[in-house]
Amino acid sequence: MAAPTKRSSRPTPVRKAVRSLTWLGVLIVALFGINAAGVIWGDGSWTPKLALDLEGGTQIILAPQLAEGETVTQEQLTQAVSIIRQRVDASGVSEAEINTQGGENIVVAIPGELDEQTRNRIESSAKLELRPVLLADAATNQAITPSDEPVDGEADEPAATPTVEPTDASDPNWVTPALQEEFDTFDCSTLDDTEANVAPSDEPLVTCDSSRTIKYLLGPVEVSGEDIVDATNGMVQTQTGGVTGQWVVNIVFNDRGTEAFSEVSQRLFAMNGQTPRDQFAFVLDGAVLSAPQMNAVITDGRPQISGGFDQESSKALADQLKFGALPISFEVQSSETISATLGTSQLQSGLIAGLIGLILVVIYTLFQYRALGSVTIASLVIVGIVTYLTITILSWREGYRLSLAGIAGLIVAIGFTADSFIVYFERVRDELRDGRALVGAVEAGWKRALRTILSSKGMNLLAAVVLFILAVGSVRGFAFTLGLTTVIDVIVVILFTHPMLQLLAQTRFYSSGHPWSGLDPQALGAVYRGRAEFRKPVAASSKKIASSSREAQKRQTIAERKAAQAEATVGAGEGKES
Amino acid sequence: MANRLTTFGNDLYTGKRSFNFVGGRRKWYTIAAVLIILSLLMPFARGFNFGIEFRGGSQFQISGVENAIQQPAVDAVAEVAPDAVARVTIVGEDGVRVQTDQLEQAESRELTTALADAYGVPESEVTSSFIGATWGADVTRQALLGLLVFLLLAAIVMALYFRTWKMSLAAILSLLGDLIVTAGVYAAVGFEVTPAAMIGILTILSYSLYDTVVVFDKIRENTSEEGEESRRTFPEAVNLAVNQTLVRSINTSVVAALPVAAILFIGAGVLGADTLRDISLALLIGIIVGTWSTVFIAAPLYSQLREGEPAIKRHDQKVLKERERAGGSAAEAVTVG
Repeated sequence: MAAPTKRSSRPTPVRKAVRSLTWLGVLIVALFGINAAGVIWGDGSWTPKLALDLEGGTQIILAPQLAEGETVTQEQLTQAVSIIRQRVDASGVSEAEINTQGGENIVVAIPGELDEQTRNRIESSAKLELRPVLLADAATNQAITPSDEPVDGEADEPAATPTVEPTDASDPNWVTPALQEEFDTFDCSTLDDTEANVAPSDEPLVTCDSSRTIKYLLGPVEVSGEDIVDATNGMVQTQTGGVTGQWVVNIVFNDRGTEAFSEVSQRLFAMNGQTPRDQFAFVLDGAVLSAPQMNAVITDGRPQISGGFDQESSKALADQLKFGALPISFEVQSSETISATLGTSQLQSGLIAGLIGLILVVIYTLFQYRALGSVTIASLVIVGIVTYLTITILSWREGYRLSLAGIAGLIVAIGFTADSFIVYFERVRDELRDGRALVGAVEAGWKRALRTILSSKGMNLLAAVVLFILAVGSVRGFAFTLGLTTVIDVIVVILFTHPMLQLLAQTRFYSSGHPWSGLDPQALGAVYRGRAEFRKPVAASSKKIASSSREAQKRQTIAERKAAQAEATVGAGEGKES
Repeated sequence: MANRLTTFGNDLYTGKRSFNFVGGRRKWYTIAAVLIILSLLMPFARGFNFGIEFRGGSQFQISGVENAIQQPAVDAVAEVAPDAVARVTIVGEDGVRVQTDQLEQAESRELTTALADAYGVPESEVTSSFIGATWGADVTRQALLGLLVFLLLAAIVMALYFRTWKMSLAAILSLLGDLIVTAGVYAAVGFEVTPAAMIGILTILSYSLYDTVVVFDKIRENTSEEGEESRRTFPEAVNLAVNQTLVRSINTSVVAALPVAAILFIGAGVLGADTLRDISLALLIGIIVGTWSTVFIAAPLYSQLREGEPAIKRHDQKVLKERERAGGSAAEAVTVG
C-alpha cells in the first residue's frame, strides 16, 4: 500500500484520506486497548467465548405453558429467569447462562456436563401452594412418634376410619392409615428426590420444611402462589407510628386469594390452640417455606406473618413468596447435550468453511479487479480484525457467545461485505467511463456509492435487527453477527476503503491506468484519459460508430453526451447533437 | 487487457449492448409465475422433510467413532426402546446420528450408555437432544412474525428513501416470489427443514432487498437526473439502469454466493456440521433467485407500475413522437408489449 508521503500543497482528498485512516487507527487501537485492559485487569480473554454447540455442554429451553390467548409479560419472564438463576446457583454450577429468548422462552445454557439433580431442579416448574397443616413432627424422629407430640388427639382417631369423606382442607379425615404410615416413615433426606414430595393439589402432601428439621402432613391446596400479588418485609409499627423492631412479612392477595384466605383464616383461627392444625404452610417446590399459626381472622387479603424473623430472613421469605413460584409454569421444550468433541469438530468445520470462502472471494476479486482487488482484501482483513476484537470484547463485557450459527453469519458476511466494495469500484469505473480522471472519478464515484451503500446496508441491518429481536434459537446468533458485520463494513468502507482509493489514485500505477490496476480507462472504454490528455475511444471502431450513431444518439446517457462533447472539442468525434 | 466482463460492462453502460429486461417482462413474469406455482405445488407433491425440531423427538450423535456404521445404533435402539423407530445416519467420517421418537428421560439416558458401548466411545462423546414437538411450531410462528414485521418496516423505509411506494411494492412483491421459490426448491431437493434452514430463508429477505435497493438506486438516479429532458422513455431509462448495474449484480452475487457455497460444501458432508449446511442451502438458492428476480421481476414491475402515471405517459409519448420525426427505427427501441 502506498504510504502517504508528506508533500506541500496537498490536495484535499489526500488530507481527508489521512484523517480517515487516522480515525480508523484510533478505533482499532482503542478496541485493542479495551480488550487488553480486559485481559490484564478483568476476566477478559483474547478469544471470544464459545456457545455450547461449539464448546460442549447442555442447553435447556423452557417454554411457558399458556392457555389460549394468554401472553407472557416481560416482568413474568424476568421473574422466572431470576428464580431459575437462583436454583442453578444453588446447585453450585458456575458459568451457567440464563436468558430469555424470543420474548417468551427461557434458555438455560450450562457448559460442561450436567448432573441429574441440577437438571431436575432447572426443569421442575416451581409452584407455590398454601396448604393447611394436618400433622407436624420433628424430622429426626424415627418411625412411630411418641404421643407427647403436639398432634391433636382428633388427628389419630379419624385415621382409623378412613371411609369418612373430609369436609374441608383441615379435616383430619384426610389422614388415612396409609398416609399416617407414610408420614411416620417419611425421611426428610429424601426430599430432593423428584417423586418424594409431590401431590396433586386436591390431595394431602407429606413433606418437610426446607431446612429438613420438621416434617409435615399437609391438607389439599387452598390458595395457590399465583394469587399472591405482593409480599414485602417490614417492621411492625405501633399505633403511634414507632417501630417495634419486630420483622414481619406482609402479603397482599388478589381477589380470589383474599376470598380463599379469609375462609381459611376463619377456620384456622377457630382452631387456635389445636397446634399444628391452626397452622398453614407455604409450600414451594414441594418443600415447606414457613408454617405460621393463624392468630387472627383476616378478611382483607393482607395477612402478616410474624415470629422470629430478622431483616434478612423476612426479606428472604418475602422474596420467596413473591418470586419463589414461577409466575407462570414452564415446560421443557428442548434439551440438548453436546459433547465437547462434536463442538470442536463443528468449530473446525466452520473455520475451514470460512477460510475456503475467503480464499474464493479473494481469487474472484483479484480476477475481476486486478490490483484493485488488493484493496478489497486489505479491507476484508480490517473488517476481520475489528469484528474479532468487537466480538471478543462483547463476549467479555456482555457475555456474548459465538455459536455455530454465529460463525455462519460471519462467513456469509464475507461475501456481503465484499459487496459494498464492488458497488464502490463499479461506481468509480462508471465515472471513469464517463471520462473523468481517476482522482475525480474516485470522489464522484464515492459520493454516489456511499448513498447506495448506506441505503442497501440499512436494509441488511433492518433485517438483522428484526430477526434478532423476534427470532428464537440459533437465529439470534446469526442475526447478531450479520448485523454487527454490516455496521463494521460501513465503517471500514468509509474509514479505510475509500481513503485507500483516494491515496492510490495519487500513485502513478493507478492514475496512469496501468492495465493491471483494474482502473484502466482504456479497458473501461473511457474517452478521457489521464491528465487533460484526450483520446479517441478505442472500444468501438469509427465504422461501427457511424452505423450505430443514430441509435446511440437516442440512447445517450448524460455521460455519453459529455463524452461526445469532449470528443468534439478535439475534433476527432462525430455523434454531435443534431 | 480488459477482461471480457469489463468490456461487457462497458457495452452495457454505454447502451451499446442492452438486454431488454423491461420490454420482455411478459416472458419473465410467465417464467416467474410458473416457478412460483411449481414451488407452491411442490410441498403437496413431495412434502417438506421436516427436521426433528418440527416433529419432536430425541436425537443422539456419537462422535469420534472409529467405524461409522449404522447397525450398532439400530441394535442399541431396538434393545432400549423396542417400539421406537430409529433413523440412523452417518455424519462426516466419524459421526453417527440417531433420531428416534421422543423417549422418556430414563430411556434416553439408557440409550446414551448403550450407544457409547456399541461404538466403543466414552459416554461424553454422545450428544443427546430432546426436542418437544412445539419447538418447531414456535420457531415457525416467530419466523412468520419476523417476516411480517420486516416486510412492513422494509416497505416503509424503502418508500421513504425512494420517495415512491411503487418501488417498495415492486421490491416486496419480488421478494415474496424469492421466498416462495426458495421454499419450493427446498421441498424439491428434499433437504430437511430445520430452524437453521429457516434462518437461511429469513436471511434471503435481507439479501434480496439489498440487491434490489442497489439496482433501484441506479434506476432512481437515472430517471430523476434526466427528468423531463430525457430522450428516453421511462421503460427505457429503467432498462438502461438495470443494464448498467448488471455487471455489479453479477459480481456481487458471485461474491456473496462463494462463501455460502463453501459452507454448503463443507457442511454437506465433508465435516458434517448440519447447522452450516442447512443455512447455506437456503441462502445459496436465495442469492441466485434474489439476483434474478431483481433484474427480471422487480425492475420491470416498477416500470410497469409507473408507466400509467399521466406525467410519465405524456413524456414517453413525446419522446416516441420526436423519435419518429427523426426517423428512428422503432423496432430497436425498447418496446413494451
